[in-house]
Amino acid sequence: MSVTPQSSPAALAALPRNLLERLYRTMVRIRLFEQKALELFLAGELPGFLHSCLGQEAVAAGVCAALREDDYITSTHRGHGHVLAKGLAMDRMMAELYGKTTGYCKGKGGSMHIADFSCGVLGANGIVAAGLPIATGAALSAQMRRSGQVVAAFFGDGATSQGAFHEAVNLAAVWKLPVVYVCENNHYAVSTPLERQMRIASVSERAAAYGIPGITVDGNDVVAVYQAAGDLIERARRGEGPALLECRTYRWLGHYVGDPATYRPPEELAWWKSRDPLLIFERRLLQEADFSEQELALVRREASDELEAAVDFARRSPAPRPEDALEDVWP
Amino acid sequence: MSQIFYRQAVRDALREEMRRDERVFLLGLDIGRFGGTYKATQGLWEEFGDERVRDTPLSEAAIAGAAVGAALTGMRPVAEIMYMDFITIALDQIANQAAKLRYMSGGQARIPVVFRTQEGAGRSSAAQHAQSLEAWVAHIPGLKVALPATPYDVKGLLKTAIRDDAPVVFIEHKLLYGVKGEVPDEEYLIPFGHARVCRQGTDLTIVALSRMVWKALEAAEVLAAEGIQVEVIDPRTVVPLDLATILASVRKTGRLLITHEAYTGFGVGAEIASQVVEQAWQTLRKPPRRVCGRNVPIPFAPVMENYVIPQVSDLVEAAKELMR
Repeated sequence: MSVTPQSSPAALAALPRNLLERLYRTMVRIRLFEQKALELFLAGELPGFLHSCLGQEAVAAGVCAALREDDYITSTHRGHGHVLAKGLAMDRMMAELYGKTTGYCKGKGGSMHIADFSCGVLGANGIVAAGLPIATGAALSAQMRRSGQVVAAFFGDGATSQGAFHEAVNLAAVWKLPVVYVCENNHYAVSTPLERQMRIASVSERAAAYGIPGITVDGNDVVAVYQAAGDLIERARRGEGPALLECRTYRWLGHYVGDPATYRPPEELAWWKSRDPLLIFERRLLQEADFSEQELALVRREASDELEAAVDFARRSPAPRPEDALEDVWP
Repeated sequence: MSQIFYRQAVRDALREEMRRDERVFLLGLDIGRFGGTYKATQGLWEEFGDERVRDTPLSEAAIAGAAVGAALTGMRPVAEIMYMDFITIALDQIANQAAKLRYMSGGQARIPVVFRTQEGAGRSSAAQHAQSLEAWVAHIPGLKVALPATPYDVKGLLKTAIRDDAPVVFIEHKLLYGVKGEVPDEEYLIPFGHARVCRQGTDLTIVALSRMVWKALEAAEVLAAEGIQVEVIDPRTVVPLDLATILASVRKTGRLLITHEAYTGFGVGAEIASQVVEQAWQTLRKPPRRVCGRNVPIPFAPVMENYVIPQVSDLVEAAKELMR
């Protein structure tokens, strides 16, 4: 296993300014969207249930910044961050959370199934590990069409105990497909900690079984995530095959909103919160790059305005008719 | 017209569609150099090569899932699940992904994927290589399900399946690969949802699936000798189901017998019987009758296997009871 340490100040300073701003903007958008979704959910405005990615923003932002616009992602039940980072708009996402006709899925998918094929978002998925074989297939398609596209498949640590993980990664390795498997290791599969899921210290060790690179990075360091993902994505684009990228991070909330998460020691949560990926990056942008507090405040204000408009859009959007349920089964 | 085997008709359909559309490709276990366990893909690897006739590791979930992912992104894969019994391993990708991604995404996705597989008993393959599981997939909204019984039908329906933008579970029968039949030399397609009236009759309707079509036709011969005129209908696809043709026949005969190898309980036969009763109970002179697989796993010993799978004699006996 290779462990990339947290990125150096020089590494950050070497990145283009517009990229740094993009990373920051994406993380802010995810943070604000998730905070608002939580608030609306607790106020009883959103049906269903909600899996929050608060605390994991750097993984989605770092990986998606390294993708091309026409690249694909597959996402998970905890997928708001991934799809925002891939370029989806807050208004249609929020409308989907409200179950409105203007949502990305016309209210048929909800929080767990947001998809926009025109943006390369092949769907968040309610079945743990189910996105991996689909990502493998999208990568096969890209290889066969010689399109130069790469796929990033997001999943959690829990997914790596599924048979679908093994089958999908092995097949991609055998066929040298252009796909990067991105494990957001947030240390818990619902309530089960890592040490009761596997006998190895890190998920990336599993890569050895498939003869592909396995890298572990600090998933709360967006620069480290971006650099590692970028290397593996470009490697895949060159035709050198798939890789497994483990990003170590932590979800601040329980598995779903309402899960008290009493299975986690409070000091553990406190430690991870002291490593808030957004605050760390904000501080570094001020200290290691030449960003001003005003610039960052502007980014935050713009994201906040977008969010406010999104909630307004979602609330004002029409609800589906009951019989709309009968449409969209068949092409 | 040519007389060809069912397995050749499968292969010809695949070959024609692969020549016609470069997005069509095959993936599955042992389908390439080996030519398929039942030799239905023999010769295709030689013509189309490794890229379009893809031998996979032994990974049903990855085979099905990779097909779904490729279909979502512009390809038209035909994935082979060697035995329908093995579909259990792939069922999440088929029933939760392929069947639902279009709906869950509000109609965005097109998923032109065909899952080719084969089912059926009669070779002493025992409980894990002989089941007929069409009811499992027919139950899930979003999947089309075809069960061709003849070389003519398997070719025409497979070509249609490959051109369909919805996921199709295409179920062949292992004991039909060696059946010969007439197939036109020129191209043809068979639309889904159009039953075939295999034999006309006025006394009794038998709706038969897959290999049971052949047994139903044999039974009809026997019954004809005794003065009972049987109409045999093969729905050919169960999703969509051509209920109109079945109803028209039942309105004529007033008697309905349904036969398939799949377990009787909660099977397609129950669905057909229920739909007929709902829509045409007044025209029925007798309650519908199912002659289907017994509700036990498929046993190994031929004498037991034959007992749990409907035979011609079972059909004849049930038909006579319905005529009493």
